[in-house]
Amino acid sequence: ITGVNDRYPQIRHLDSNKMILHIFLRPTLLREQHYHYLKKGLRHLSDAYECLDASRPWLCYWILHSLELLEEPVPAAVASDVCQFLARCQSPTGGFGGGPSQHAHLAPTYAAVNALCILGTEEAYKVINREKLLDFLYSVKQPDGSFVMHVGGEVDVRSAYCAASVASLTNIITPTLFDGTHNWILSCQNWEGGLGGVPGLEAHGGYTFCGTAALVILGKEHMLDLKALLRWVTSRQMRFEGGFQGRCNKLVDGCYSFWQAGLLPLLHRALFKEGDSTLSMSSWMFERKALQEYILLCCQNPGGGLLDKPGKSRDFYHTCYCLSGLSIAQHFGNKDLHNELILGRDENRLAPTHPVYNICPEKVARAIEHFHRLPVPVQTGPTLSAMDQS
Amino acid sequence: MSSVEEISNPVVENLEEDGLEEENTVEEAEMEYEGPVKGGYIFYRDRKEWADLEPVPQDDGPNPVVKIAYSEKFTDVFDMFRALLKNDEKSERAFALTAEAIELNAANYTVWHYRRVLLQALDKDLREEMKYITAIIEDQPKNYQVWHHRRMVVEWLNDPSEELQFVAEILSQDAKNYHAWQHRQWVMQEYKLWDGELEYVEELLEEDVRNNSAWNQRHFVISHTSGYSAILEREVQYTLKQIKKAPHNESAWNYLNGILQDGGLSSYPGLLEQVTELQDTCSSPYLTAFLVDLYEDALETNSSSYDQQETLNKALELCKLLAEEKDTIRREYWNYVSRSLQNTYGSGDPVSSSSDPPPPSSSQQPDTEPSDP
Repeated sequence: ITGVNDRYPQIRHLDSNKMILHIFLRPTLLREQHYHYLKKGLRHLSDAYECLDASRPWLCYWILHSLELLEEPVPAAVASDVCQFLARCQSPTGGFGGGPSQHAHLAPTYAAVNALCILGTEEAYKVINREKLLDFLYSVKQPDGSFVMHVGGEVDVRSAYCAASVASLTNIITPTLFDGTHNWILSCQNWEGGLGGVPGLEAHGGYTFCGTAALVILGKEHMLDLKALLRWVTSRQMRFEGGFQGRCNKLVDGCYSFWQAGLLPLLHRALFKEGDSTLSMSSWMFERKALQEYILLCCQNPGGGLLDKPGKSRDFYHTCYCLSGLSIAQHFGNKDLHNELILGRDENRLAPTHPVYNICPEKVARAIEHFHRLPVPVQTGPTLSAMDQS
Repeated sequence: MSSVEEISNPVVENLEEDGLEEENTVEEAEMEYEGPVKGGYIFYRDRKEWADLEPVPQDDGPNPVVKIAYSEKFTDVFDMFRALLKNDEKSERAFALTAEAIELNAANYTVWHYRRVLLQALDKDLREEMKYITAIIEDQPKNYQVWHHRRMVVEWLNDPSEELQFVAEILSQDAKNYHAWQHRQWVMQEYKLWDGELEYVEELLEEDVRNNSAWNQRHFVISHTSGYSAILEREVQYTLKQIKKAPHNESAWNYLNGILQDGGLSSYPGLLEQVTELQDTCSSPYLTAFLVDLYEDALETNSSSYDQQETLNKALELCKLLAEEKDTIRREYWNYVSRSLQNTYGSGDPVSSSSDPPPPSSSQQPDTEPSDP
């Protein structure tokens, strides 16, 4: 028990009963509790969530993705209600806002499209107005290749990821949509090897994930200094806690279980495409067991939901990303070459997640298949060249 | 969008789900509106000055999902906000209401956008707006919208004169606030305010040599001013000095590596000796990793100052030490580095991956995308 306390100083936060359970009963994913927390949240949220009133498509995505990882089905009626709600969040000028009648913003757009792809029904796919979505993307595109998050809003690398994600899933990528984008993203890689939010900023897990995943979608990931990025991200796993930190010399946080660990599958594939023959055939390049231990022993709320670190409150964002990270750690490979490492009981096993989009791989495939049967729309809104009369 | 202690993505604050905070009664006491109810708060729907405007309820549909149990005050303010938006009203009362809405949810970017439209349409005093946004940021420094708004006002005023001091004040409360650093870098680049920044960075590093944001800022300043060519030695010595003070500080080691990358670690005169000297007093996995990087650079550049075979052996030995003893959390990574070095610079049999049996076909690698879009 002393050994465990040394390895997990946070366990002192847990009361001694729980600690003993964890040691003798194998780490257990509290499926039932998480399911009830998610099921309730999908319908009702307390007023503590007023601060997320401009992020409600995110709440849909975080909860639906968590449920799909837990392999809990969503009743058809609920699915239809989500579709109708997201339809109300869609802006008449394209894209989705944080709630009904809110302006379109790339982040809730990303979340809404992902949520609809998780639902995967005809009704869900049909919610998306692809023509207007394309207009919206052009309306936030900047001459230097970057995107603002919303009209009159800020630029950072999240926007490129959100744009690339929705455009690739819904098949609306035109020849000019991502002109210059990959170069802008590349300029975000810094002296540390990771990526910052904009060029010049400190390397950060969230932004590094967004930039790297966007480049993968654009087919340009090989242009990164992959070795430097690999060194940076592997160095973000905490030797004692087992989880990941977001930046060098900062604290561990459960959500980085996805943003950081999720980079390893992306890098593995990128290096493989470069002809690397020395890659592992059985594991991503991080300590999978240690990450699972951190999540299961330190990031679960006994009443359901997951969290940053012991002592913090649960929320749906952390529930989504802790579970996503747990899935990444459990599953190596793809359907043909698959190596599972499930810490604790078999019942801890989650569904695999796609490391680019962070929805289940089958849902990615189905969405891409559906939308690729449709033609790429023609841009109808004001053109970039018309706006950029310099 | 709200943000959390780490700006991870859109983000979330620590929501007190079990143990909700009380209604904000302090705010009510501060309200001084004419109205019959003494000291009490009057909903906008009941205020006579707003009687002409019909509140617009939120259209969540018949079977809402992720339905938030808004307080009555929240509903009242936003119903009225939606009414203003619908009519595209550009008035003082609309401007005042945006402040109320912001206080209830500072992450509502639609409200901020509207406030900016009103600032221009009503030709509001931007100096007053600076005071306002200063107070809001002090209160909620981890929110995207507040910083973006400040940036817009600074641009409109074309006056960055308060910015560095303001950001320094925020950083004095949280020396790693990502938004603060972003704003600072923007101001410096936009208005060419580079003077004194290196000194500021050194102050921060004096206070906390592990502040990675400060190390990044150091790199930012130097890159955009003198560049590294002329002052590389000074920086190397500065960094080694910081390493001696705090040997287990990853930031300093990363910085040392970062500034020497371009020139090549193995070609920097005396570096191998200086670092090897540190091994007794400043041993750390970072020192060992640095040596691996240095040896790798020697191999890559096929440096004549190094015996290739011996260098490879040393590098492999250190990778093994890291994987098995000093940095076991990164075992998979260090084993990969070993295999890569062996494969690229070793002579003899090609290396296959780890201890797994050879794959049946050579193209057996996980495909992380079912199909390329």
